[in-house]
Amino acid sequence: MTAKTWAYEEFVEGASIDLGTKLVSADEIVEFASEFDPQPMHLDEEAGKASILGGLSASGWHTCAMFMRMLCDAFLLDSTCQGAPGVDLVKWKKPVLAGDTLAGSVVVLASRLSRSKPQLGLVTLRGELVNQRGESVFELENSIMFLTRDAAERAA
Amino acid sequence: MTLDEFFAIGTTVTLGSYTFEAEAIKAFARKYDPQIFHIDEEAARKSVLGGLCASGWHTAATWMKLNLETRMGAVWSGPGPAPEFGPSPGFKNLKWLKPVYAGQTITFTRTALSHRPIASRPGWRLLTLRSEAFDSSGDKVLEFESAVLVKVE
Repeated sequence: MTAKTWAYEEFVEGASIDLGTKLVSADEIVEFASEFDPQPMHLDEEAGKASILGGLSASGWHTCAMFMRMLCDAFLLDSTCQGAPGVDLVKWKKPVLAGDTLAGSVVVLASRLSRSKPQLGLVTLRGELVNQRGESVFELENSIMFLTRDAAERAA
Repeated sequence: MTLDEFFAIGTTVTLGSYTFEAEAIKAFARKYDPQIFHIDEEAARKSVLGGLCASGWHTAATWMKLNLETRMGAVWSGPGPAPEFGPSPGFKNLKWLKPVYAGQTITFTRTALSHRPIASRPGWRLLTLRSEAFDSSGDKVLEFESAVLVKVE
């Protein structure tokens, strides 16, 4: 097993991690919505324009899933991640429209070692997606569990 | 009829069940959450989760799917036009309490908790909901609190 780049120790309070950018296509908006959230404004451009969202817009759950993929590609797949117990909050602040380019980032709000399992650390992150107009469209706070570097090396 | 009656405040509605088959778990995860415990049975067995299990976002999105299949609100008997559901500003306190393993059948629920006017949007109210999901042993696997805007006049 190759050593992972990101272990618990890398997530220092205040550190900011760039998640790169993601172009949101009309096709993927419709694909996700067809399966999980088939409301007219997520399926059809005209219906989207007629709605309060102002255009073909991604399901909020799709935005969560896109954020997750950006997190995976930026560092999670190359980390000692042991899963997450939940999400403290998500704010869908503005519509995510077809053709938008989202820039993602996370900031480490806090990190601490588990009391009962000293090989594990809990890292609290605040994530954000900003569109090409500079508008913040999505905010998330959650905690993720990571093995410490020592524990990961012992397990390898 | 009152808005409380329309929203069925305090009544828990069972939205239905969904069986998370391995192929569906992997298909979702390959697109959105390709961590090994969501895409590879063998690696998942050796992982902290002990077996192939659904991305937490897959479980949550499946709540939305079933949520839409069970209408929110009773048939409006007036006075005035029927309330219209709008977008959601988000959710909080989402907990993935147990992994959802391949082959498990999960049952989803929704409870309308309360509603209040929105100062910045006259004519609209904010309805808060508590949603939960349970495995076939009755253990809770997911819970969260969300909100939805409703146009009431």
